[in-house]
Amino acid sequence: MSDFNKSSLSEIVNLIKAKKASSLEITNHFINNIEKSKKLNCFITTCFEESLKSAKNFDNKKNFDGLLAGVPLAVKDLFCTKNVKTTAGSKILENFIPTYESTVTNNLWSEGAILLGKLNCDEFAMGSSNETSYFGNTINPLGKDLVPGGSSGGSASALAANLTPATIGTDTGGSIRQPASFTGTVGLKPTYGLCSRWGIVAFASSLDQAGPMTKNVEDSALLLEAMSGYDEKDSTSINKKKEKYSKNLNEKIKGLKIGIPKEYRVENMPKEIDNLWKKGIDILKKAGAKIVDISLPHTKYALPTYYIVAPAEASSNLARYDGVKYGYRSKKGKNLIEMYENTRGEGFGDEVKRRILIGTYVLSSGYYDAYYLKAQKVRKLIKNDFDKCFKNVDVILTPSTPSSAFKIGEKTNDPISMYLNDIFTVPVNLAGIPAISIPVGQDDKGHPLGLQLITKALDEQKILNIAFTMEKSIGFNQSIKRWWE
Amino acid sequence: MSIDKNQVKKVAKLSKISLDDSKLESLSKDLASILNFVEQLNKLDTKKTEPLTSVVDKTLDPRTDKVNDGKIKSEILKNSPDKNEDFFIVPKVVE
Repeated sequence: MSDFNKSSLSEIVNLIKAKKASSLEITNHFINNIEKSKKLNCFITTCFEESLKSAKNFDNKKNFDGLLAGVPLAVKDLFCTKNVKTTAGSKILENFIPTYESTVTNNLWSEGAILLGKLNCDEFAMGSSNETSYFGNTINPLGKDLVPGGSSGGSASALAANLTPATIGTDTGGSIRQPASFTGTVGLKPTYGLCSRWGIVAFASSLDQAGPMTKNVEDSALLLEAMSGYDEKDSTSINKKKEKYSKNLNEKIKGLKIGIPKEYRVENMPKEIDNLWKKGIDILKKAGAKIVDISLPHTKYALPTYYIVAPAEASSNLARYDGVKYGYRSKKGKNLIEMYENTRGEGFGDEVKRRILIGTYVLSSGYYDAYYLKAQKVRKLIKNDFDKCFKNVDVILTPSTPSSAFKIGEKTNDPISMYLNDIFTVPVNLAGIPAISIPVGQDDKGHPLGLQLITKALDEQKILNIAFTMEKSIGFNQSIKRWWE
Repeated sequence: MSIDKNQVKKVAKLSKISLDDSKLESLSKDLASILNFVEQLNKLDTKKTEPLTSVVDKTLDPRTDKVNDGKIKSEILKNSPDKNEDFFIVPKVVE
């Protein structure tokens, strides 16, 4: 039997299509890996019985048309999956079984993929370390005491540990790119509106976007192609023809202009991140791209803007958890209001409560203009910065994160130090534009570090092509000892 | 601006979240530090800036005004923590 742990998503698709491996054989391989991975705590729910049934069904029917024909996949537990528990990492949804399927996961199954299970994440995707999950934190396969990043931490760990050949996450302020960077994998946040938000547990609706998390850039293109597309059920979905990202993947980057924003050279940035950035610049220069110094003057205001906009939207979105229609209900309380208060007090974790309270505060009478309206105006300035830069450059290159993966518990007592993790990823969400994080090197502890490529709305092909070109020169290779088995 | 324990209680009331009194102190500190952090924005002059409300430059797509779902009462009630055949059940609201 071949070692599917070494295979990428695209290779697995090809093996199945060439009839060199059956869907059942591959599904069994990943189930076997998952069963030995309890120590990593990547999964909240598995549905192996259904997965095996679907795999057998696929092998009988042999319909190889789909982009993901017969491939088993695990997804972040923020996507509603019909008849499979969907928790969003929260106690309040501990027993929630959706009666409908999210558009994005539905697109995957339409392309022939098979669900393996649901991956751990920060509660309602609010976190950068996976430590806010009600189901316990996921461990980074690169070290027993390391966080995988967040909020799509379970997705990143499962991918790096070969518990799924690829996966999907959501990114509101960096939740795909930061964990990808912490685990040596590739994470792409698409243009806002490219992938439908319908059926995804909502956090901050003007920022949330689903995207692929994969072992390499080719897989990223393939999975993005499979999951994206117009959806009339999402009023912010962009109505345009589906792109063939994987077919159009190429290394023609000669002459492209790459912007290097000086504001991303933050104080106290570790030397190795600076070196990594230089390495990226050198690779692009050698490939024939032109390097241009640029300025995004409002960069430092992105994080404070985000921490007004995102909690404000969250406080409004999470109002739906009232213990009446679905989810947890407290047994305490003499009347309806007390039942609401106790349900939400017992059902939400500390970080979610903090954000609902901040959000309610900034939206409340007397504070709205000073906080929320102000943040929306600064958001405009941040978007203007990008719009202006993209008149002169094709793509912007930055580090993905200000550090490599940190230790469990290291930042839990200080919300601000945790928030600072997303300093390089948040501006992109505020502007609604796409970005990809690719692994480029390791720090002196052997922990992976990533670089981020940003481009203008709907130009995913461009960052995929550049990432694809860089990936070949970088030759990033990490072999992870399977200590958890 | 700092936020005191009473203000936190008031916001919790608005948010319909019960809070342990023992957690009020640390929560007020956390919220104050977050507010202090976001107040950096006051350094910027935004008098002439329009607020950004959506990054997608589009108007809502028109559609035919026609019912396209419905008759899924049992599905809607399925996840309710307390229900009878047709209704969600909540604690008594009228005396």
